[in-house]
Amino acid sequence: MAELAYWEALRRAHDEELAHDPLVIAMGEDIGVAGGTYKVTLGLYGKYGEERIIDTPISENSYTGIGIGASMAGMRPIIEIMSINFALLALDTLINAAAKIRYMSGGRAQCPIVMRTPGGTAHQLAAQHSARLSRLFMGTPGLRVVTPSTPLDAYGMLKSAVRCNDPVIFLEHESMYNLKGEVPDEETFRPLEGAGVVREGTDITLIGYNYSVHWCLTAADKLAQEGIHAEVIDLRSLKPIDRETIRRSIEKTHRVLVAEEDEAPVGVGSEVIAGIIEDCFFALDAQPVRVHAADVPVPYNYSLEKAAIPDAKDVYQSALKVLGKV
Amino acid sequence: MRKIDRKRLLREMVFFRRFEDRSFEAYMERKVGGFLHLYSGQEAVATGVLEMVQADRGVGFDYAITGYRDHIHAIKAGAPAREVMAELYGKETGSSRGRGGSMHIFDPSVRFMGGYALVGQPFPLAAGLALACKHQKEGRIAVCFLGDGANNQGTFHETMNMASLWKLPVLFVCENNCYAIGTVIQRSTAVIDQYKRLEAYNIPASQHPGQDIEVVMEAAQSAIAHVRSGAGPYFLEFLTYRYRGHSMSDAGAYRSKEEVAEWMQRDPIQILAKRLIEAGELTEEEFKAMEQAVQSEIDNDIIQFAEESPEPKVADLAKYVLEDNPDPRWIGPLQGQGG
Ligand SMILES: Cc1ncc(C[n+]2csc(CCOP(=O)(O)OP(=O)(O)O)c2C)c(N)n1
Repeated sequence: MAELAYWEALRRAHDEELAHDPLVIAMGEDIGVAGGTYKVTLGLYGKYGEERIIDTPISENSYTGIGIGASMAGMRPIIEIMSINFALLALDTLINAAAKIRYMSGGRAQCPIVMRTPGGTAHQLAAQHSARLSRLFMGTPGLRVVTPSTPLDAYGMLKSAVRCNDPVIFLEHESMYNLKGEVPDEETFRPLEGAGVVREGTDITLIGYNYSVHWCLTAADKLAQEGIHAEVIDLRSLKPIDRETIRRSIEKTHRVLVAEEDEAPVGVGSEVIAGIIEDCFFALDAQPVRVHAADVPVPYNYSLEKAAIPDAKDVYQSALKVLGKV
Repeated sequence: MRKIDRKRLLREMVFFRRFEDRSFEAYMERKVGGFLHLYSGQEAVATGVLEMVQADRGVGFDYAITGYRDHIHAIKAGAPAREVMAELYGKETGSSRGRGGSMHIFDPSVRFMGGYALVGQPFPLAAGLALACKHQKEGRIAVCFLGDGANNQGTFHETMNMASLWKLPVLFVCENNCYAIGTVIQRSTAVIDQYKRLEAYNIPASQHPGQDIEVVMEAAQSAIAHVRSGAGPYFLEFLTYRYRGHSMSDAGAYRSKEEVAEWMQRDPIQILAKRLIEAGELTEEEFKAMEQAVQSEIDNDIIQFAEESPEPKVADLAKYVLEDNPDPRWIGPLQGQGG
């Protein structure tokens, strides 16, 4: 068992999958000679060559489309988009092509691509570099959307994503690449579906995904100091969402909060809570609550940015409200 | 290369014309829905280019891809005409199992990788198919058919740059029919001769008349040889014309009767028929009999197949959204405790 940083875990998954299958290629801006903005492909260019670690021009729509086209002909591209904001340029080919080709072809063609991209706010990058956009992808039939929150999941889910025959949107976070965690030395796959109960508890369920799982865990620690036992769920996959794990938890705790870095409207929390109302309305002892970003473009100014984006403290305080303690 | 049977080519083009006319009728009978973009008038381009692509089909099928005006490209590429018509009818037996419709004909079994409704989208997809061909080293190439209007999309420029840079085995075939819906090319495009735009990307390109299939084949032959040699992409521009409106909701009122009539003087079917008759390879009677045989094949076989085929089941609504039987090792719920 080794301690790996999130970026090292992703790098290891790339390396193993490139070695496993000659049809796996990686493409993206700066990923080759430079080794990737977040070091995720560091050293792989030297190892696998320029035909498999492809430095692309700044042409997101078309290089993503090229990856999709190649995948239709049997390749397994891992497409890195430097920031999810730039993935907007590729939305056409992702949402109108990749997500629909299996369907439009009556199941006769497929696009086994992985699009990896970091989102989220990280140190005052301002509106055009702070998007999360999870809702765009999770609202699209034909895609799988996964959001690993630990190095283990980053590693094991990327490996699974590369071998999956559906297009997988792999949402990372700019502030999480240095996060450390245990990863087994032997080859490991992690499922692309299903939420994880990452901390057990009986008093309230805190649901997070990606970065917000860590806020939930911090908040749970703080709640524990006051004798409150919070259960924490890591959604892991935003499409599909594992409603069963959520239901089981709420039938135990009867209270729930969803924490997310995305804006609330038409978002992950809205979807999760709609499912909760449908699945376990009568198990609830308090109204479900969302902790989410303000519905504004993310501001540059540091205090404004902090105000726009929630954190562990907000989760803790909202949890107290759900519990009727404030 | 095998000798090309010109009579067969003529019959194919007659078939394609009738196929489109018949789908027009089926649309008027409300048996075909959605948008329907017909190819009549442009037959020599897809027929001639794909004929040459297939002429040296030592490696099996090459890839072909196009936009929404896709029925004929699909059939010429090898998709069964019955299945294409059934797709227009939205039937389960259709090329895309009724999920795609007119604008999304697919037949991966013959490497026809689809029609796409977003203008410009196939450029990068074609380059990607070519990237795979290059990688897999089986001697295949990719052929991308698109209209002149599509060349104004960003994807055109981005893809040409990468295709050239990476020397991808892709043949771009621009079907310049002078219009993008109702906008004449002079009003949408700064450089009227499309092939000239490729100089910016260091891609060899040439322009040819597109109504005489033998001219098309000759131009295609050397372009394909270039692409197959590994020298990188080639861009062919054919000057052609569509007889009908852009789609069924467009009567084409922006074009003068004279202009349409003038192009119809250069009809690809008539040009080839006349040549064969003058050369003594075909008689007027044989040509008439050919037209009748095609008509009865389409009416009795193709249409009948589409009419009699079953509708997709509503219970299968979500079928084909994701893979049917995903590998449980990496898909499927995390059991019990995660973390
Ligand atoms: C991205 C996008 N923009 C606009 C349209 C609407 N549209 C459909 S066809 C078309 C004209 C395309 O003309 P051209 O590429 O010359 O092809 P042609 O129809 O002449 O074969 C337009 C503007 C679209 N489908 N997709």
